[in-house]
Amino acid sequence: MYGRRLRALSFSTAASLCLALGLVFFFAPLEADQGFLQKIFYVHVPLAIVALCGFVASGLMAIGYLRTGDSRWDMRSYVTIHMSLIFGVGVLLTGSIWAKGSWGHWWVWDEPTLVSFLIIFLLYAIYQPLRFAIEDPERQSRYAAVFAITAAAFVPMNFIAVRLSTAYVHPRVLGQTSNLPFKMAFTFLVCLAAIALLYVTLCKYEMTAKHTRGQLRALRRRLHSEDGLVGVGGRSAVASLVAPAAPALQMSPRPQAVPGRLSESS
Amino acid sequence: MSTVSHEPVKAPAAVRGRAAPSMRATVAALLRKELLIELRTLESVPGMSLFAVTIFVVFHFALNQNSLAGNEAAGVLWVTLLLGAMLGVNRLFVADSDQGGFDAFMLAPVNRSALLLAKASALALYLLVLELVAVPAFALLLAGASLGHAFPTLLAVLALADAGVAVIGTLVAAIAVRTRARDLLGPLLALPLLIPVVIGSARASAPLFGAQGSSGRWLLMLALYDLVFGLISYAVFDFLLED
Repeated sequence: MYGRRLRALSFSTAASLCLALGLVFFFAPLEADQGFLQKIFYVHVPLAIVALCGFVASGLMAIGYLRTGDSRWDMRSYVTIHMSLIFGVGVLLTGSIWAKGSWGHWWVWDEPTLVSFLIIFLLYAIYQPLRFAIEDPERQSRYAAVFAITAAAFVPMNFIAVRLSTAYVHPRVLGQTSNLPFKMAFTFLVCLAAIALLYVTLCKYEMTAKHTRGQLRALRRRLHSEDGLVGVGGRSAVASLVAPAAPALQMSPRPQAVPGRLSESS
Repeated sequence: MSTVSHEPVKAPAAVRGRAAPSMRATVAALLRKELLIELRTLESVPGMSLFAVTIFVVFHFALNQNSLAGNEAAGVLWVTLLLGAMLGVNRLFVADSDQGGFDAFMLAPVNRSALLLAKASALALYLLVLELVAVPAFALLLAGASLGHAFPTLLAVLALADAGVAVIGTLVAAIAVRTRARDLLGPLLALPLLIPVVIGSARASAPLFGAQGSSGRWLLMLALYDLVFGLISYAVFDFLLED
């Protein structure tokens, strides 16, 4: 069920990325002020928007997990944060390149959006160390969900704080992106859609891989447990007939098989 | 430490009755237990205060300045207070986790949010003591101008920042204490989350040390932060105790 429509999704992502790149290089006009450098805007800003939306969405998925206790929500939340972190590296790299090109420095502190993004990135970078420092899987999911919700609420709060702190020194002209010329705005929207599609596709791939790995592990466990039970003699039929007890038997084949074997040999 | 915290803490009258105790009685009992343990072991507060004074000395040598003013003064004061607070955050739930305090609390028929309120109040009180030591020490050691005229505003900044640090510190401590690397994860989680508090409190107190600007909007931002994260912590804290 996870792998369904993955191929169609991959093809449409590849096609829309090609279309977006084509528009960026051959359709969108050169900006008068920054020239060719401004084209990085079509990669940097959509990446940032998609990554931030992913962070906030992971918080909503974590709420879903805490409300229902369904571990699929936890997995979605995990995959979303993971992918947003990867996109976040892209945002910081492209932002740095843009800053170097237009201001001459690799990092500038009076660009509030980039600074906020760095803080959010640093916070979410703790998500995985936190998760894997907790051993009990159920508690791991629960604590990760609490973190995801708190951090998602932090995203807008942090933007307000950092913007306030820099707007005071350097008054910014807001609404600069809202009055883009039509060709630029259209290209930007296509890029945003393409990168959002890329995000969804990669998330789907990761979820499918995780799901498949889980299935493979369950199958392998069943194979081992059947081997063990056949070795005891006659027990495998019982295991397959008593359906509700079967998963429990498959979960822990060795502790149950060993006493039987011992008692028979003695 | 181990001998002290096992002593039974006498419950207040409301807890002894048959009906489930009220929220206020629960918080009062928990806070009393917390302060009693701290008073008998002196594990957190003296360490935090001593650490803050030591950091001022370190800053004196690291910056090679005899007195600070403006943004530098506010920055040094808030970085020091925040690092001192981290020590308290790291210790906040250690006794409960290691000596069965969590299990005992889970057995009691009380509202679980009471633990958040009691721990956050205890942490706020620790921060208050920390500031009672650290702010005069800062005025004495590093602040150039006298702080007398700025006292009411400084008090407001400290109160709002303490509330934010106490709430986030309690939430983060409760998460970190159940992990393998709790001493590491606590500050790593808390410091990014507290950056808006640092921005707000440092900018609000910079004018008190002679920098340009006013404090009003920053106090407002701190209050908004406290409100948002107070509500969030209240909503999610129960999930950290479901074992």
